[in-house]
Amino acid sequence: MAEQSYTEQEFKVVGSRVRRPDGVDKVTGRARYGADAFAPGQLVGRILRSPHAHAKIKKIDISRAEKMKGVKAVITCDDLPDLTGGRGPNFDILVNCMARGTALYHGHAVAAVAAVDEPTARKALKAIKVEYKALPHVTDVDAAMAEDAPIVQPGVEHDGKPSNIVNVSQFGHGDVDAGFAEADVIIEKSYRTEQTHQGYIEPHACLASVGPDGDGELWVTTQGHFTFRNVCAQLLGMDIAKLKVTSSEIGGGFGGKTHVWMEPVALALSRKANRPVKLVMGRDEVFMGSGPTCSTSMDVKIGAKRDGTITAGQATLRYQDGPFPGPWGMLGAMTSWACYDLPNVQAVAYDVLVNRPKVAAYRAPSAPMAAFAVESTMDLVAAEIGMDPVDFRLQNVAKEGSKAAYGPTYGPIGIEATLRAVKNHPHMKAKLGKNQGRGMACGFWFNFGGQTCTDLNIGVDGTVNLTMGTVDVGGARASMSLIAAEELGIPYEKVKCNVGDTSSLGHNDTTEGSRGTFSSGMATIFAARAAIDVLKARAALMWEIDVDDIEWKDGAAHAKGIEHSNLAPLTLAEIAKKSPQTGGPIAGHNEVVADGAGVSFASHICDVEVDPETGKTKILRYTVVQDAGKAIHPDYVEGQFQGAAAQGIGWALNEEYVYGEDGRLQNPSFLDYRIPVCSDLPFIDTEILEIPNPNHPYGIRGVGETSIVPPLAAIAGAVSNAVGVRLDHTPMSPPRVLKAIREANGR
Amino acid sequence: MPRVSLASGFQAAVDGAVSVEIEAATIRELVRRLQEQYPKMTRHFDEGVAVSINGEIYRDIRDLNIPPDAEVFLLPRLQGG
Amino acid sequence: MNGVQVSTTVNGDVEEFVCHPGETLLEVLRNRLGLTGAKEGCGTGDCGACSVIVDGQLVCSCLVLGAEVEGRKVATVEGLADGNRLHPLQDKFLEHAALQCGICTPGFLVAAKALLDDNPDPTEEEIRYALAGNLCRCTGYDKIVRAVDAAAAELRKSSKKKASGRKK
Repeated sequence: MAEQSYTEQEFKVVGSRVRRPDGVDKVTGRARYGADAFAPGQLVGRILRSPHAHAKIKKIDISRAEKMKGVKAVITCDDLPDLTGGRGPNFDILVNCMARGTALYHGHAVAAVAAVDEPTARKALKAIKVEYKALPHVTDVDAAMAEDAPIVQPGVEHDGKPSNIVNVSQFGHGDVDAGFAEADVIIEKSYRTEQTHQGYIEPHACLASVGPDGDGELWVTTQGHFTFRNVCAQLLGMDIAKLKVTSSEIGGGFGGKTHVWMEPVALALSRKANRPVKLVMGRDEVFMGSGPTCSTSMDVKIGAKRDGTITAGQATLRYQDGPFPGPWGMLGAMTSWACYDLPNVQAVAYDVLVNRPKVAAYRAPSAPMAAFAVESTMDLVAAEIGMDPVDFRLQNVAKEGSKAAYGPTYGPIGIEATLRAVKNHPHMKAKLGKNQGRGMACGFWFNFGGQTCTDLNIGVDGTVNLTMGTVDVGGARASMSLIAAEELGIPYEKVKCNVGDTSSLGHNDTTEGSRGTFSSGMATIFAARAAIDVLKARAALMWEIDVDDIEWKDGAAHAKGIEHSNLAPLTLAEIAKKSPQTGGPIAGHNEVVADGAGVSFASHICDVEVDPETGKTKILRYTVVQDAGKAIHPDYVEGQFQGAAAQGIGWALNEEYVYGEDGRLQNPSFLDYRIPVCSDLPFIDTEILEIPNPNHPYGIRGVGETSIVPPLAAIAGAVSNAVGVRLDHTPMSPPRVLKAIREANGR
Repeated sequence: MPRVSLASGFQAAVDGAVSVEIEAATIRELVRRLQEQYPKMTRHFDEGVAVSINGEIYRDIRDLNIPPDAEVFLLPRLQGG
Repeated sequence: MNGVQVSTTVNGDVEEFVCHPGETLLEVLRNRLGLTGAKEGCGTGDCGACSVIVDGQLVCSCLVLGAEVEGRKVATVEGLADGNRLHPLQDKFLEHAALQCGICTPGFLVAAKALLDDNPDPTEEEIRYALAGNLCRCTGYDKIVRAVDAAAAELRKSSKKKASGRKK
């Protein structure tokens, strides 16, 4: 681990705001995303989806579709035999990408076609006859926990009875009853958050090609092409080495593209048709058939002394996972109290199955909802005892040595620094007008690292190809190029970074958990250092001196000692030029399990204006404070903070899945599922704190996720301060705000 | 000998204990000995377990020394976005 | 196929194609003309990723039929640069890091071009409303608005130079 430790090195290029290497392609329309690939003879794939929320599939007749001119393959679950042993996460993926006997939600795939063109494929879908027997359904998390609720997955039991409660997790320490007994003030409140989608602008898309020899290729928009390869190979019964997966440019993921949704279907269609198949989801399919995050129902209770000391905190969290078990409620419980040092704390989470799409990770998954409930209650307690909300949080803030509610004792952490930055921020002192209010809130997320593999190859002209294996979702190639340039001591422009396909590198875990820059950054540093070892050895051959007499600095080999004072430094380019005669190509390679990512905290400030006539909330000013460890490319760190905050704002104010009584999703479009647009938002101010991560050579901490956590509660606080009503249900859409205002006014 | 605390989901596998004492100098040894003493833990390790040593969470690293008197915590493996 | 024969101009080049009567301009651009810069984010005119300019008018190409561009002039992101010189909007998007994933970028560039053609000196509010038909999920729009503002300033500077050049 020592080599992974932070060394306080001085940086020359890291931290500068360079242009990204993939930039020109992306502003000229040349960059190729999931739907932009073409293969000779390619077919168009389409998926038939269940119109029912829950239904037995009695019969699927594909015979008419199969006979249609231009239709080259029609598949059902029979074409994807179960190779998983009938249980586990991969079985759930298989069942989700093609229903097996039961349609579990509105939009569940039941069959698919591949045809010569789009109109033919659409006609073929209409020619497939599916006989359904509708079953009772449940889409609400509380209703799904009721005694007499329709059972989503037979076989799931809780307390010895069939149930939709698939998992109960509990975290905490101390004695909460004793803690509440000590409290001068106790606030208890229930909250709900509606289901939201990651809302990446690029729909899922792939181009699959499988030949009769069993070899395959998959071009796909994904956050983890190596993981996709492993999952698809298992589901299709292919050898991992014989399925080459290339990650296209990715048009947003936010967790939603960490999961396999339809790629096995494309591969199965291609295998059956023996032609390449392009499968692209429509926007409605993205909403219906690819995972959103959970809707929740939560109860939070906090007790405190009049002096502001919290004596106990208790949370009961109910998260719906769609029809398949997930870790989502558990993650809510683990993150809920993480910002605070509490003597007595408990979080109990229920993961509950419902007839909605399979839930997927969404940026700091599960943390925003729990934070909405806990942080809102923190505000209420602060108000009740007459304390400033920032001071109240500071008084109870978790520090080095605090025992986290999820178990371990914290090492050095940054929550207090973000809170102090908020307290001292000019934003906190700015004047507010009529119907305007200010809120603030904190957020926590576990970052992580994981398996990473990176290759660095030096050309004979001294330019460098860096091949990374974590998908670049938001500018990582610029950061990796900066890091390679820093280590090698060469200009940024001399490095070209690409994302390698699965045949060119060892396994890389999916780009999730804010791991991209942390872990590929680490692997890039070590790959560059390995290359420097080779460069020094080559310089030793060129000079005919001992390699131990050579040191690497400023992009060149320097011979040490007076006896070598006649030797002018050999630059990287000079050594590279001679490489054919000194042993061949020069490269550095690294594979690492990048652990030690460290936990991450953010605090936000938000000003809103609420129109009391319409209930519409306008964000006037927004400030994000978050610890980045070290900002490799500050523009993209700011971009992560701003984007995460904007998603949180959408979640807080507008976005929600709306289900009808019939269990059908009523708003699967960007018109009716309204994400923030340019005119909804102000500039989003950012303050990057740089508290080095001791477990990374450059001190890097993941930055991608944490800032989606605070906005829900920060905005709820601001709305409350603006118009005197505390919303306990997101989104705080105009009708909900208006209703709350009217109820408060006794109307 | 480190005392290993377990998240609630794992406690049934160690006969309901909140923590157990395991003689182990590294994470790898800890993982092996835990499964030897509590075979029901194997399913959890197959599904994924993260090990926290003095507050730092390790998902995959196994060849890490556990300092004497270290706080060791077993947590579920995490997922992110 | 009951095809429709269409003759049109795309980024200054004459293009002839045959398409289905129901085929959208977006499908024609992407599948028949190989211009995949315009993206399909929704297919219903809600996201703006497919924005192109037809006869000076900003449109969602997913809401226009291929057959409708007969005899018209279509401008896409692929035609924005002047030879190997990036358009100031493209340049400022890169300088200001106004893109993360980049899927919405072609649509934003085209919509911003339409705005600046019409209003060379927009306020922040005018920029925000002009771009409200384009969805971006990565950036929170902050750096996009700054980039468009900077590009507008750049364009004003160069058009002033041109104007004063002409006076001499």
